[in-house]
Amino acid sequence: MAETRFLPSESLDTFVKALRRDGRRVLAPTARDGRAELNPVEAAAEIDLEGLQTALSAKETVFPKVERILEYSLSGGGVDLRDVAPKAEPTVLLGVRPCDAAGFGALDAVFNWDTRDRFFNARREALAIVAVACTRADDACFCTSVGGGPGSTAGSDILLTPVQGGFLAELVTEKGAALAALCPDAFRPDPGLEKKVADLPMAFDHAALTASLQGRFEDPLWERQSLRCLGCGACAFVCPSCVCFDLVEEADAREGRRLRTWDTCGTALFTLHASGHNPRESQAQRWRQRVYHKFSYYPERYGRLGCVGCGKCTRACPVDMDLQEHLLEAAQA
Amino acid sequence: MDLITKSRELLETGAVKAVIGFEAGRRGTVRPAFVREAAKASTLVFDERCTQNLAAYLTRREVKRMGRVAVAAAPDTLRALLQLMAERQVKEEEVLPLAVAADGTVTELPCAADVEAHLALQAKELKAADRELLAKLDAMSREERWAYWQKELSRCVKCYACRNACPMCYCAHCTMDCNRPQWVPVASHALGNLEYHMVRAMHLAGRCVECGDCGRACPVGIPVHLLAFHCQESVHAQFGQRAGTSAKLDYALSTFRPDDKETFIR
Ligand code: SF4
Ligand code: SF4
Ligand code: SF4
Ligand code: SF4
Repeated sequence: MAETRFLPSESLDTFVKALRRDGRRVLAPTARDGRAELNPVEAAAEIDLEGLQTALSAKETVFPKVERILEYSLSGGGVDLRDVAPKAEPTVLLGVRPCDAAGFGALDAVFNWDTRDRFFNARREALAIVAVACTRADDACFCTSVGGGPGSTAGSDILLTPVQGGFLAELVTEKGAALAALCPDAFRPDPGLEKKVADLPMAFDHAALTASLQGRFEDPLWERQSLRCLGCGACAFVCPSCVCFDLVEEADAREGRRLRTWDTCGTALFTLHASGHNPRESQAQRWRQRVYHKFSYYPERYGRLGCVGCGKCTRACPVDMDLQEHLLEAAQA
Repeated sequence: MDLITKSRELLETGAVKAVIGFEAGRRGTVRPAFVREAAKASTLVFDERCTQNLAAYLTRREVKRMGRVAVAAAPDTLRALLQLMAERQVKEEEVLPLAVAADGTVTELPCAADVEAHLALQAKELKAADRELLAKLDAMSREERWAYWQKELSRCVKCYACRNACPMCYCAHCTMDCNRPQWVPVASHALGNLEYHMVRAMHLAGRCVECGDCGRACPVGIPVHLLAFHCQESVHAQFGQRAGTSAKLDYALSTFRPDDKETFIR
């Protein structure tokens, strides 16, 4: 479809209010407390479209950092086991970047691989994405090297591109068109403005990288690159496409619940077996896993990369494990 | 002698197996670097951006396996090193601290006594921003403070960057990671986050060298270091000792003295 309209700046607020009136939660980047975060908003004035990126990704809307997946209680020798309904509020993500929007495709590949994950899908269906194209990029960004781009529509229901006086609004999906239809007056006919987005040259060729990883499993490169890595989980937790989770139970003698929480292959405990053996016992092996998972195993298994090049990991890393730089090295070597 | 020349010499003579210092990153950043060949020493930098506490690496298995290492050390790194020695995590002969002065000259501090003497000349001062926020928190009512931390900690995603960046969080098995049994809820919900940060703050009371690296590491900007600072300052006020001043410091919270001013134990 991809019909293009014009959304004047002052109509963004009309749009937000129309979405709210329709009973949808609107999550958008804000700069409250001096921090770039996604927060619920009521009006366009609360939205920060100046910041390039939020620290955390938008994946929390479909894959929360902790989610209750079942509950039980015990009484009189019996167990009462209860399913928990996914908490799937109708939500619009407004103002995320194209890389964040593309992250949902990578999540989808995993959560719908062999079984359809009930929780992910319920939330995903209730979610619509209105991304805003980037007119600038920073030096952590590398979306163009992984098949995306500052003006990419992949993953978005509507893509807004800033232009003089407002935004060009590409209605990418039916879902997007339905959102625009909530306030038909706000979305004007396209006056034929040219779309101008950030110029972000490709840093490496991802197909060559994937091919090069084939023979690099034992390469000393991984140890060299990862010596400074602290093995914290910051990179995975801020990543829009990292999906690892842990299942934990919280219970007392009477009742309990099972929770799904974020986890990461960056930590030693992630692969520690009950026997005491750890197949990925060094940080180098864990760093290698991070790179291979995203750039070798993903393409092999799902026919797409597990990285959208947002650079959030690079910005979040306390020791500047610059992913683009490391990938470039791996692709060239 | 400057850091590069000194590092080259140490690596050439085999006095150390690696120099842990900083190198320039691609984005105007500096980051920890492990220089293992003399020829690579020229990549080392040391300037006011180099604030990260490199002592966090000294207890790591990968680093211990290297053999003796030199570390380009800012005062906070030296403090952490002394504290690690006091806690018997690092031996004097394993690490060669290199103190770098403002003019770039390097002083070797081969034994703990040298480090102590060097540090005795450097006043430990908290950053103005930290002092201000601590004072602001102190001035709050209990309820306000509770609300402040509840809001801040609700942002926590339990990535543990704060723990892993901390030179004093070196346990191979951290209580936080235990899930059978769970001592503290693993999940990042209100209770799990609160308990994690309370436990960490308490574990650091009397041991924190106040480098602030935990707070700097936090990807979502929670000033978690202030929890540790507060506990540390209380221990200092109550027991008169500061972590990271001596390689032979008894832990304030687990030692007993007959002249202790508390009476409950008599
Ligand atoms: S790459 Fe950086 S953020 Fe990721 S685990 Fe290592 S130190 Fe932490
Ligand atoms: S790996 Fe890093 S750059 Fe790639 S999608 Fe994740 S956070 Fe973004
Ligand atoms: S990675 Fe690309 S899409 Fe994402 S913020 Fe940077 S330029 Fe925009
Ligand atoms: S670094 Fe920040 S987000 Fe991560 S566990 Fe510590 S306080 Fe929480």
